[in-house]
Amino acid sequence: MAIGSKKPESKWGKIADAGLDEAIKKLTPEKIEQTIKKVLETMNVGRLKAYVDTCIHCGLCSEACHHYISNDRDPSFAPVAKVRQTMWPMLKNKGRVSPEFIRRAAEIAYTECNLCKKCSMYCPFGIDMGYIMLCVRRICHLLGVTPLYLQDTAHSHSVTMNQMWVKQDDWIDTVQWQEEEVRLDLENPYVPIDKEGADIMYSVIGPEPKFQAQLMGYAAKIMQVAGIDYTYPSLDGWDNSDMAMYSGDHEIMGRVKRAHFEAAFKLKVKKIVMCECGHAFRSIYDVGNRWFGWKYPPIPVIHSIQFYYELLRDGRIKIARKFTKPVTLHDPCNIIRGRGLHEMARYVVNATCEDFREMEPNREHNFCCCAGGGVINCGPPWTKKRVISNRVKADQMKATGAPIVISPCHNCHSGLEDIIKYYKLGLHTKYLSEILMETMEIPEELKHREQKTEE
Amino acid sequence: MLEFLMNQAVYDFVRGPLVWFAFIVFIGGSIYRIYLMISSAKKEKVVLPYMSFKYSFRSILHWVIPFGSRNWRKHPVMTIVTFLFHICLIFTPIFLLSHNILWRESWGITWWTLPEVAADIMTLIVIFGCVFFLLRRMLAPEVRYVTYPSDFLILAIAFLPFFTGFLAYHELLLPYKAMVVLHILFGELMLIAIPFTRLAHMLFSGFTRAYTGSEFGMVRHVKDW
Repeated sequence: MAIGSKKPESKWGKIADAGLDEAIKKLTPEKIEQTIKKVLETMNVGRLKAYVDTCIHCGLCSEACHHYISNDRDPSFAPVAKVRQTMWPMLKNKGRVSPEFIRRAAEIAYTECNLCKKCSMYCPFGIDMGYIMLCVRRICHLLGVTPLYLQDTAHSHSVTMNQMWVKQDDWIDTVQWQEEEVRLDLENPYVPIDKEGADIMYSVIGPEPKFQAQLMGYAAKIMQVAGIDYTYPSLDGWDNSDMAMYSGDHEIMGRVKRAHFEAAFKLKVKKIVMCECGHAFRSIYDVGNRWFGWKYPPIPVIHSIQFYYELLRDGRIKIARKFTKPVTLHDPCNIIRGRGLHEMARYVVNATCEDFREMEPNREHNFCCCAGGGVINCGPPWTKKRVISNRVKADQMKATGAPIVISPCHNCHSGLEDIIKYYKLGLHTKYLSEILMETMEIPEELKHREQKTEE
Repeated sequence: MLEFLMNQAVYDFVRGPLVWFAFIVFIGGSIYRIYLMISSAKKEKVVLPYMSFKYSFRSILHWVIPFGSRNWRKHPVMTIVTFLFHICLIFTPIFLLSHNILWRESWGITWWTLPEVAADIMTLIVIFGCVFFLLRRMLAPEVRYVTYPSDFLILAIAFLPFFTGFLAYHELLLPYKAMVVLHILFGELMLIAIPFTRLAHMLFSGFTRAYTGSEFGMVRHVKDW
């Protein structure tokens, strides 16, 4: 049975990826069988069995998925359909599947699912299809079948403990360069590195020093204005992003998380505050801690949204003039559906912007950006497919009529930019820190002497 | 064949030992499946510590109320049919007058019963519910894509006891006695099938919902409905 319909490949063409195509040439049926059995028997996948036995194949999860809706409701993109094309045959045939099957399974698990877990909110039984896709990814990783770009990122984590091959001297240099940038606006700014006993360890992700260093400058300015006692670590552990978590490489994921938490312990800080990133947040409050057997993170971790919310609520930063252009807000899955920070995000947006327009649906029901879950890290070969598979997001943004979309997550930011470009929406994306930068009041005593208002 | 079904010995067998067998398999099998599920959840150490009564019930409550979750509201027809279907499927056999008489004859116990007309209507709801699900499986692309022969099989397993029960009550198609034997047989088949087919969602769905509800409440701090 199970009548399949044709993939809408015509829209994005056949996608070649050496990480998949070359890797399957080395696979033998025996190796595949052994690996799948190993994962199913030794990974303690208790949930997987319960989920597969409970699923009644009703298809009610479909409505949740942006891939499904954006691809004209092609049934092969529904969440349960992705399980049907990957995990069901693996279980049914007890691991005896072909290398071509593994390639297709990898393509589905890595590029057609963002692990946004919206479907588990739409399944009447609460079946977590994101978890099932992660199990598929784990199998593909152990077989060495991972998209090339994603694997490169995992390699970078393994070698440098950060996502973007940033070396230690580059890292320190970038921190100090951004301190200099702030010097234009503030009198004697200071970005502490390795300050033991500071209140906060501020954590950024690899892409910030690599190509969005201005965001570190914004953070330096906000910290200075709010009078926060914080620090950066000089050694490994400053980056809490974790693509190994998404490639299925739990071991490297664990090493990266360990380095991160240990950096905080060494600095004897009270808590970690992290930049506007989604998956890195997920990796420390939900995934990485469990790998080490901690029920919750061993040290409090706070996302920027909450940090800014607290600063504004407590009056530590004040708004001089609100942002006037209409804005809309994208709710990133890992922070909103993953951590319930939607009301705090709205507090910050309403405090800083005059005209805020909601997307529909919003909050925990928002559609994913289609870049998360490691999909954007699968690189250029998959970009076209990724933006076509999120037409619904383009429609959603367009309907608000706002020229600015605020996205407090790096992945979402880049993903939305690709969508905006492809669908020619003419919107601009901004981080919350950018908005704060433009609206926040800088007290006279902190201003650079040349910036002081004439009296 | 008809003679066989009308045979008193066959009736006594399906009404006696086979009922015992079916209930033992159903109850024993269900306990066994739930035990297996909980022990494998225990082995996967990151599941049970996150279970919370408060968030489990919060989630279950929103999903057992018709239109209590966003997805129920998105599928109004499906929601109405599936709630009516499941309510009738569970309560009709328990509160049916004739089933109650059987309990009284065997064990002398009895409880509240449904008026016969109501039971008749509820049986029809189950029958038409099955037809609805069958059509949905065949016609809705997202459902058809994930449909296997076993899905039709479990639908048939749920359909037959109610269909034959209805026919027997109205003495249609076959003589009453033959139809009743078929009805009992299919009922027993369904009981036996529950723990060992995907009808087991009857046993598991509460647990999976509770777990997801707990994760969403405790770790993710959001609603899951």
